[in-house]
Amino acid sequence: MEYQWDFSVVARHLPLLLEGLAQTLRLSLAAIAGGLAIGLVLALMRLSGRRWLAWPAIAVIEFFRATPPLVHLFWVFYALPILIGVNLSPFAAAMLALSVQSGAFFAEVYRAGIVSVERGQWEGARAIGMRPAQVMRRVVLPLALRRMVPPFVERAFELVKTTALAATLAYGELLYQAMVAVSRSYRPLEIYSAVAVIFFLVLFGASLVMRRIEDRLRRVER
Amino acid sequence: MTEAPLLRTEALVKRFGDLTVLDGIDLAVQPGERIAILGSSGSGKSTLLRCLNFMELPTAGRVHFHGAPVGTAGSRGEVRYRERDLADLRRRIGMVFQQFNLFPHMTALENVMEGPRTVLGQPRAAAEAAARAELARVGLADRGDAYPARLSGGQQQRVAIARALAMQPEVLLFDEPTSSLDPELVGEVLRVIRALAEEGRTMLLVTHELGFAYHFATRVLFLHDGRILEDGPPERILKTPREERLQQFLARFTEFGF
Ligand SMILES: Nc1ncnc2c1ncn2[C@@H]1O[C@H](COP(=O)(O)OP(=O)(O)O)[C@@H](O)[C@H]1O
Ligand SMILES: [Mg+2]
Repeated sequence: MEYQWDFSVVARHLPLLLEGLAQTLRLSLAAIAGGLAIGLVLALMRLSGRRWLAWPAIAVIEFFRATPPLVHLFWVFYALPILIGVNLSPFAAAMLALSVQSGAFFAEVYRAGIVSVERGQWEGARAIGMRPAQVMRRVVLPLALRRMVPPFVERAFELVKTTALAATLAYGELLYQAMVAVSRSYRPLEIYSAVAVIFFLVLFGASLVMRRIEDRLRRVER
Repeated sequence: MTEAPLLRTEALVKRFGDLTVLDGIDLAVQPGERIAILGSSGSGKSTLLRCLNFMELPTAGRVHFHGAPVGTAGSRGEVRYRERDLADLRRRIGMVFQQFNLFPHMTALENVMEGPRTVLGQPRAAAEAAARAELARVGLADRGDAYPARLSGGQQQRVAIARALAMQPEVLLFDEPTSSLDPELVGEVLRVIRALAEEGRTMLLVTHELGFAYHFATRVLFLHDGRILEDGPPERILKTPREERLQQFLARFTEFGF
């Protein structure tokens, strides 16, 4: 039997899918921002040279790297409210879980970038009287960030894909809306193919843009 | 009585693990003195300079700046240093490195402005005017917008000197400032250093340029195994060395007739 493709269902459900995409992007951007902030704090704690700061950071980083993101999502959505007595919206739960989870990975990217900055840069900065925080803010982080762009982008893409897990919390992102569309149309093949294509177009497009930005950053110093 | 020394070390010791790199250095630097420091590789020259501006913390002994000891002594004779005090001290002691250590993400002008802006909190316009003047002093008035990677080694080192000068330091420390330069670029850097000498600045210079040391310095030190083996006017140290180690060291430079 020959399968009869019918891509008109995709066209019919496109507004729904685009609404899902918008939610996917919203969750992604929020979690990336949260993850970058949490990652920076974790990395600085880990590199502080003070045990009481470094060890908790290492614990968080290792824990979240060694456990599945779906477990984080469920834990924050179903378990955390029992502890804090506040129910979280699916968006808040997903955003929180994914921020911390990606923060653990971002922390390692920051750390690799920071330690890759040559000793001479620290010395040049310290020699004109900069305090450690100034050295970090004015010299080390700006240099480290430039080198961190490729691994950051990699992690951010990973995160965008991971947001699909939020469908399990009934958060209306792309995959969730696709499931809705399938339940109405009984056309999983077309709809899920469309989802794959949408993810691909968004991330591939973003990777082209990021490559340009990387080139520009690199050109400045050369 | 003479003027109080600007910098003075007292039984300065620096160890890295089991390795004793500085083995009891007593040195007083008077204002206006220009001290050339000689010694073979590994004798502790860089470490001595780096202890003077606390890029390295001394293992034992004390450094005095303007007569006041740096750091606070604890009950068992150990000395505690606060990073913030050391940072404040470092901005008054300029340092120029063998590898320049310019900030690659900043233009030459931004490199020179960085200390006055970030450390001294000067307004942009004032810092920029002063930075342009420092770049002009080292002969790079027209290269302010260039990134370090676009500059020759000699130009980079001159920017690094301008960056140190922009902090109006009371002492300048030079650690082999021409050692990583191609021979034809050495002269332009030495000329800048000589001009600073003519202004009467207090300077310590680690160098292997014996001819320059002879004309530049008011005083020459010879370091060997972390100790000062000879200390005196350039004429005496370089022309009539007493210590056998120094004689051997100098002989290596004259081996081929120079
Ligand atoms: N941070 C450090 N850790 C361990 N050993 C060091 C360090 N810095 C310098 N040394 C050692 O101290 C000795 C003296 O070094 P240095 O002061 O750089 O000598 P110089 O400048 O006279 O060549 C060398 O043996 C060097 O390997
Ligand atoms: Mg050295």
